[in-house]
Amino acid sequence: MPLTHSDYSLSQLDVLEAESIHVIREVAAEFERPVLLFSGGKDSIVMLALAERAFWPAKVPFPVMHVDTGHNFPEVIEFRDRRVADTGVRLVVASVQESIDAGRVTEETGRWASRNRLQTVSLLDAIADHRFDAVFGGARRDEEKARAKERVFSFRDEFGQWDPKNQRPELWNIYNTRIRMGEHIRVFPLSNWTELDIWQYIAREELEIPSIYFAHPRNVFERDGMLLADNPYIPRGEDEPVFRATVRYRTVGDMTCTGAVESAAARIDDVIAEIAATRITERGQTRADDRTSEAAMEDRKREGYF
Amino acid sequence: MPDAAGTGSPVAAHGPAGRHTGILRLATAGSVDDGKSTLIGRLLYDSKAIFEDQLAAVERTSRARGEDYTNLALLTDGLRAEREQGITIDVAYRYFATPRRKFIIADTPGHIQYTRNMVTGASTADLAIILVDARNGLTEQSRRHAFLATLLRVPHLVLAVNKMDLVGYDQAVFEDICDEFSAFATKLDIGDLTFVPISALHGDNVVQRSENMAWHDGPPLLRHLEHVHIASDRNLIDVRFPVQYVIRPHQATDPDLHDYRGYAGQVAGGVLKPGDEVMHLPSGMSTQISRIDTARGPVEEAFPPMSVTLVLADDVDISRGDMICRPHNQPMVTQDVEAMVCWMSDSATLTPRSRVIVKHTTRTVKALVRDLHYRLDVNTLHREEGIDRLGLNEIGRVTLRLTQPLFCDPYSRNRQTGGLILIDEATNGTVGAAMITEGH
Repeated sequence: MPLTHSDYSLSQLDVLEAESIHVIREVAAEFERPVLLFSGGKDSIVMLALAERAFWPAKVPFPVMHVDTGHNFPEVIEFRDRRVADTGVRLVVASVQESIDAGRVTEETGRWASRNRLQTVSLLDAIADHRFDAVFGGARRDEEKARAKERVFSFRDEFGQWDPKNQRPELWNIYNTRIRMGEHIRVFPLSNWTELDIWQYIAREELEIPSIYFAHPRNVFERDGMLLADNPYIPRGEDEPVFRATVRYRTVGDMTCTGAVESAAARIDDVIAEIAATRITERGQTRADDRTSEAAMEDRKREGYF
Repeated sequence: MPDAAGTGSPVAAHGPAGRHTGILRLATAGSVDDGKSTLIGRLLYDSKAIFEDQLAAVERTSRARGEDYTNLALLTDGLRAEREQGITIDVAYRYFATPRRKFIIADTPGHIQYTRNMVTGASTADLAIILVDARNGLTEQSRRHAFLATLLRVPHLVLAVNKMDLVGYDQAVFEDICDEFSAFATKLDIGDLTFVPISALHGDNVVQRSENMAWHDGPPLLRHLEHVHIASDRNLIDVRFPVQYVIRPHQATDPDLHDYRGYAGQVAGGVLKPGDEVMHLPSGMSTQISRIDTARGPVEEAFPPMSVTLVLADDVDISRGDMICRPHNQPMVTQDVEAMVCWMSDSATLTPRSRVIVKHTTRTVKALVRDLHYRLDVNTLHREEGIDRLGLNEIGRVTLRLTQPLFCDPYSRNRQTGGLILIDEATNGTVGAAMITEGH
């Protein structure tokens, strides 16, 4: 941000940043036990950076939580731990493996088996166990059609469920934070950011991101038009030969449902150029979890998904 | 491309951030019948905010419905119930960008719960597009849209006369509608009004200037949206800084931080500078701004909508919900608030003696509805007096008595310090929005 503004105008990133910081401070001021979901993906990286900026020079006054499917990219887990240590916040890990071991959920089987949907149970259990009353998520409204209808402060009942037909009206920048015991609010400070805004902010702020966002050689196989990493968690068919390709990830989720894209983009500017030119949405290109049906995200959100 | 009569070359999708002139928030009002979804679909498609997989999904659905062209209106369908019933349930937010600006569209339905959603969408809008079907001319609904946009003080209004293709692109039809609207608009306090004849279906005057309407001098709609001047819509005169959060690092090891005490918030009005004399409310104590902090370092000025942290020269006891202003330019300090209310609850009604929770800037207080003066008919603007309640989607004038004072301004002066929400004590639902009126 320049030091003086002759016409008092702000760039689009400055406006988005100011709005997000306002949202984050509002939560810290009005809730007893907030938590910020941090996966090590690009959106949560920006969200955590905004939280640091909101409270500077004090530390971020709430912990972060990762819902760990056990099927994450090792590069991302390493990044997560390092970033959390730098920030000086406490990390809560909600483990899907532990939910499976405790009999809370049953592992899916078959070719499309994924722990994606199981995460909801681990997430809601952790929210209840830690009595979190506000949960920051990095979801953006441009990502998906159900998300386009969600409030910045999204009310969840005692079952953690979202009722899209019965949302609280949200006016100006005034947020209704009132809940009863056992209910919580999902807060989305990045609601108005687009994928390109996220990348431009990462570039402008020189934020570190996991290496898998940049082009690297990897053993992959093709399934349903997506390039999946060859890894121990996906049963691969004989008709799905492994080959070596230069790829990068556009989104970072579970290894079982996140696809890579062929790319030579080795630096952030190359990535931004690719994103600006792309003609396919990030979830459509790289997320198997959204391909189950037209309303896949809506259905999972109703159940309490991110 | 959806139809043969396309719009030619689309505008570039994404430009470098540097050339942007910020963000324009717009609200669209109208029903499916007016072509609102088609217009939004057209803006998204022609600005390349629609991706191939989204378009493929829409093409599949269009074919399945037996439509002979790609129905761009389907791009804005969101939830399962909406696709099944062919309706829009709620406010949806859409994003697109041109090399010049980023746009956020609050897309509000024209069906059920119409007023509540339009009020919500308009509350943050810089500009509202009111769509009229050229064949039908102005309707009760278009007048209502215009009234609500002015009630919420949306600074710029565009009357888009759509479906011009169906009236043979006739200039006289367009001008008759403009004249009629202008006559109606004199009853409203409209800041800036622009008329554009369009065909959303064929793309006339949406992104590209229409060959079919060479008689129209003005720019196509998107060009207007890119260039409309919004920087001076903010109040840059009356300094208003609602204190949102007090930052105290408590780090004994660092002597600079040990005594650090900063007041964090988003500037709601005026321009603040280090050295400025400021006053704290409710105490009435004056002090100076020592520094304006951000995580990126101190800044020389802070203005809306920046989120900053003020460090003050004197030790004043300041907490969340307080207001920082200038000694000779203070907001109203009052426990009796006159306001126009839009009631949004589908279960409860607003009556005299209703108890509600008021949230205004960063301050939350309890309130009692002391008087319900009249209900406003949003179609005729007639004031209906002697009523005893407001129901869902009704608008009326009230007096609220508060347990503690608010530091507020008339909504016409400042949308941030003049707006408040009403919360139901029992259900915690947001049941109303209120705009503080003049004349206290």
